[in-house]
Amino acid sequence: MLGPHLLGVEGLTPDDITTVLDTAAGFRDVALRPIKKVPTLRGRTVCNLFYEDSTRTRLSFELAAKRLSADTLTFSAGGSSVSKGESLKDTALTLQAMGVDAIVIRHSASGAAHQLTRWVGAHVLNAGDGGHQHPTQALLDLFTIRDHLGRIEGLRVAVVGDVVHSRVARSLVQGLVTMGAQVDVVAPPTLLPPAVGAWGVSVGHDVDAVLPKSDVLYLLRVQRERMGQQFVPSVREYARLWGVDRDRLAHLPAGAIVLHPGPLNRGVELTADVADAPSSLVTEQVTNGIAVRMACLYLLVGGGADR
Amino acid sequence: MSALTFTGARVVDPASGRDERANVAIDGELVVAVGTESRGMRVEADGLVLAPGLVDLHVHLREPGGEDAETVATGTAAAAAGGFTAVCPMANTDPVADHAGVVEQVLGLARVAGHADVFPVGAVTRGLAGEDLAELGAMAAVGVRCFSDDGRPVRSARVMRRALEYCRTWDAIVSNHAEEASLTDGAQMNEGELSGLLGLAGWPHEAEEVMVARDLILAHGLGARVHVPHVSTAGTVALVRDAKARGTRVTAEAAPHHFTLTESRVRDFDPVHKVNPPLRGKADVEAIREGLADGTIDAIATDHAPHPPETKEREWTHAPCGMLGLETALGLACTELVGAGVLDLPRAVAALSTAPARSRDVAGHGGPIEPGAPANLVLFDPSARWTVDPGRLHSRSRNTPYAGRTLTGRVVHTLLRGRFTCRDGALVEVARDPS
Repeated sequence: MLGPHLLGVEGLTPDDITTVLDTAAGFRDVALRPIKKVPTLRGRTVCNLFYEDSTRTRLSFELAAKRLSADTLTFSAGGSSVSKGESLKDTALTLQAMGVDAIVIRHSASGAAHQLTRWVGAHVLNAGDGGHQHPTQALLDLFTIRDHLGRIEGLRVAVVGDVVHSRVARSLVQGLVTMGAQVDVVAPPTLLPPAVGAWGVSVGHDVDAVLPKSDVLYLLRVQRERMGQQFVPSVREYARLWGVDRDRLAHLPAGAIVLHPGPLNRGVELTADVADAPSSLVTEQVTNGIAVRMACLYLLVGGGADR
Repeated sequence: MSALTFTGARVVDPASGRDERANVAIDGELVVAVGTESRGMRVEADGLVLAPGLVDLHVHLREPGGEDAETVATGTAAAAAGGFTAVCPMANTDPVADHAGVVEQVLGLARVAGHADVFPVGAVTRGLAGEDLAELGAMAAVGVRCFSDDGRPVRSARVMRRALEYCRTWDAIVSNHAEEASLTDGAQMNEGELSGLLGLAGWPHEAEEVMVARDLILAHGLGARVHVPHVSTAGTVALVRDAKARGTRVTAEAAPHHFTLTESRVRDFDPVHKVNPPLRGKADVEAIREGLADGTIDAIATDHAPHPPETKEREWTHAPCGMLGLETALGLACTELVGAGVLDLPRAVAALSTAPARSRDVAGHGGPIEPGAPANLVLFDPSARWTVDPGRLHSRSRNTPYAGRTLTGRVVHTLLRGRFTCRDGALVEVARDPS
């Protein structure tokens, strides 16, 4: 049973995930109407609490809430506000006192969404916490995969890139494994989390070895600042060994799709022509994100999920 | 002060090897008789264990500079309530105890409070910066026997070697916070499967072991005394065990949380479980228990680290490390070690009192309990069960990870030089002349 919060993908059952995806499929049609709005959450208040820079996730959640007719508040604070301003706890108590129904939180600290649930009675939706979880991203990825390939179970998915620093990778891999996909995690050993083998995935370092058997190629963002921290020697070396260009793309089976959570580092994890190739679904992921977030808000806030 | 006799207690005194029912008579500040004799007022102690007062080699009393978290008075009150008669406060105050002035200030505050003796640890380097040696000689002259930059490692092998060498002047001890900092940049918890899942930067066990190995090699070559604080990994236990076998002059301590709790506590992101070194895995907890059982680890030291709620009720990554320890140490030792058959009661008393006193030259504490010795004693009920209630702790802070937990083994009386500091489980307030 989904709710009362959406903190991560860990703990969601295949039924939970299927419910979200099916609900999202219904909401996707709303965007095709002349009036892109349903009254589902009229009178409810959703607060977006963003302690970390974010464009797509914040806008996507805002739009999702608005299309459900919820009242929305957005609070954007730089990551540093924690040290000089009000504490997360006090902000949470303030929002609680204002009677918001749901809080969407993005924070650079792993566990911030979990901690929030101790201080508020509102539904908490995790929009990304540190290197921990980003459940709505994983759900929209699962939605996109299912939408294109008709199923998730039995698919072979290669997840390539900076896994150790990626909340997207954690949520996505858990979601894929829960839904019965076979996951190959591919990265240099320095960018793999400790004991990643225990995640129920195959682990490798050779991207060329997995491409011909992958139905989905999921590329993770590799931040340039990692280069200075000795995870890999240089952007160029990363791009040569693990980046995907047109030549590598050609080794994917026919019908395979390429996903990326954005923002793209063109020239690092993928070249521009791969990003813009027909098999690349990057912009579709964004579109689907709104429907998936509408589904999550609806199921938690409006769908009678237990508080 | 009139004479007083505890009658019928089980006297457990590792220093003399005594473990038998006996009366212990006290007159003034001293023990005057152990046996069948009775003098003055009789205090029924049937069913209680009478042991040398507990000695904590590793506490943070936060004063000067951190009085919102703890003061010498509140910290030593917590000590007395926990059965301790001597505590060794670390130097990471503000200002740092890197010169005799701060050491004397802490000693003076403790004398005024009168709850426990303090044996301050001096900084190894000025400002804990790891670069220039602090005024070790000046601090030794006011009684400091151990130096540590606790909380920060002495990163430079050259500075560490010099400190060990220089301290031979007084046969003093250097204790180095065992953390190779280049391996723990941004670290938030033990490195392993769980840190990978939670997306928190890992504190690898190697970061501790690399530093301990270095320090053991340096101390061995110099014949200097080194003390390994808060052992948290199986690898460190093995390193210390090997060094002892080779004759290195090393002693070691482990904290109750490292033989009680595992990293699984991090799962709910409550920073009350954030500590340095971090909570480790089951195998590490087992190794520390074995190390205590075979004497590789000499002492249980709490690393009592008070923090006010507003600093702990923050995001995990922004919260400071540390947890309270003084008022739960005896109960945890009785419950987790004696109760689980890891140590028998005399060995547990040795690890909480006699061994720490000997390993760090804490004079007048740790027994023996014999005529003429200072009456620094604890009486506890080894089978009394009690539940940890943060609101009832004597520390100024509340950051205990054991809230709501039922422990077996409760302090009844604590005596410092013949005077009750804790009586029938309640703190005894004493006003003493600051002189």
